[in-house]
Amino acid sequence: MSFNIGEFISSIFDLTAGDYLASVWGTEPWVSVVLDILGILIVATIPLLSVFFVGLIERKVLARMQDRIGPNRVGGKYGLLQMFADVVKMLTKELLVPAGADKVAYFLAPILSLATSALLFAVVPFAPGVIGTNLGVGVFYVLSISSVSVVALLLAGWGSNNKYALLGAFRAVAQLVSYEVPMILSLLVPIILASSMSTMEIVEAQAIPFVIFAPISALIFFVSSLAETGRSPFDLLEAESEIVAGFHTEYSGMVFGLFMAAEYMGIMFMCFLFSTTYLGGYRFFGLEEIVVGNGFQLGRLLGLFITIFKGALVFFVFMWLRATLPRLRIDQLLNFNWKFMVPLMLMILLTVALLDRLILDYIPQVGDAGRAGIHLVSNIIIGLAGIEVLRRSARRQRQRHNTTSTVLAVAENEGAPIFVAAEVEPAYGHDDHGHDAHAPVPAH
Amino acid sequence: MQSEWQFIVLFVVIAPLLAVAPILINWLLGPKKPNPIKQQTYECGVETVGDAWVQFKVQYYIYALVFVIFDIEAVFLFPIAAAYGQLGLFAIGATAVFIVLLADGLLYAWGRGVLEWI
Repeated sequence: MSFNIGEFISSIFDLTAGDYLASVWGTEPWVSVVLDILGILIVATIPLLSVFFVGLIERKVLARMQDRIGPNRVGGKYGLLQMFADVVKMLTKELLVPAGADKVAYFLAPILSLATSALLFAVVPFAPGVIGTNLGVGVFYVLSISSVSVVALLLAGWGSNNKYALLGAFRAVAQLVSYEVPMILSLLVPIILASSMSTMEIVEAQAIPFVIFAPISALIFFVSSLAETGRSPFDLLEAESEIVAGFHTEYSGMVFGLFMAAEYMGIMFMCFLFSTTYLGGYRFFGLEEIVVGNGFQLGRLLGLFITIFKGALVFFVFMWLRATLPRLRIDQLLNFNWKFMVPLMLMILLTVALLDRLILDYIPQVGDAGRAGIHLVSNIIIGLAGIEVLRRSARRQRQRHNTTSTVLAVAENEGAPIFVAAEVEPAYGHDDHGHDAHAPVPAH
Repeated sequence: MQSEWQFIVLFVVIAPLLAVAPILINWLLGPKKPNPIKQQTYECGVETVGDAWVQFKVQYYIYALVFVIFDIEAVFLFPIAAAYGQLGLFAIGATAVFIVLLADGLLYAWGRGVLEWI
């Protein structure tokens, strides 16, 4: 088989370029290495480059939500080249190392942070058959890689020789480590339902998206993924009004840019992971299986767009929450996790595991829809019970506060959950003018 | 199986290079004029006192300990969940007992006041 440029181009549109090249080049060992390296470059650089657009989109959307315009100078009316300008600026800054910093830790941290964020994308299924590598233990791989990023944050805080950075790093570790527990538990639910750890097989098992099976578990996963990426309202690790910028206070220039890129890549990955495990990934009513003409797999291309669309949808909610919610306090944050989310998630896990076995063993005739319905009902019952417990505990806490009058003002409305009722002064993620404190160039 | 992991191994080698390249470019392009004032620790303009490597709140450590126990136990659930299709009701029941023990550990930590921020 010889190389044919026309067939190669059509294989790119089929998203099967790798298979085509493999069939042309043969089966020698070097071929798989070269193809893997090509695949890695695609899988790693496309998220890295899309940070330019994701960052811009976030700033524009956030600006609109705060009733301002956002970047509008560089690159025409919409500020399209704003992030490119930012990167050029960051690249020409001096590489400053603060006095007394631990140089190894100081430079290892951003490298580790970006590398782990890039590594995560290896197991994201973008379209049918299009995935970096279809690991049998995909979800497990994600968890193990994402725990390394905690080490990067601690290295950054510890290596900078700055008290604010160290405080930020401690907060980051406490928060990331705590919210990893509900995340692990909520990822177990799709694994049980698909009875596989491979991300590809989890998507294949979602004829009905798992968010319909277990909405509460999906919500818990979403909340903990917000916390894992350090997004508002869980952005304590870089709370501008309290600890300057947290763990990356001492970083400037491109070294800071790497942290920012890693953060955005982490967010994108979490959006993709949420859509993979709960929203059905590239599947959308069989749209991903369309084949037109003589074997042109349009469905693959559509699957790619569906994945990106679902990811973008989740990302929009991320931005929306950032523009809406005030920041939590660290004890509220950890209490909410350990005393509410973890017990609730354990309960859901227990129910899903037992119920699914019973359905499959005793009433297999209900089919997929019936299975989804039963799980949905049980999930909602547990969720409502959880909310009721939360309300009662909030009421107790309010009464305690009112009698001892340690707090000046307490949220009066009846259903206020525990985690907003306790503190008086909300800390906002943005300064008076709505700028990001760490945005490299002011928006206007 | 081997080819899947080959991808990961190569990726682990290449991924840090993605991060090293921008730092190198920055080092080449940026000015190099360090001076003591520029390199001062940034703590809101006030000159910093002592270094940052000080004692910290023990509560962070305790939360991390609770996490370690929980994480190790949760890891055992992954193989069980992945093999869920082949497991019988008895095996699931045994796993349920395990999850209850996990919850019991959390309740114990809760009762001992480990989860209170002091």
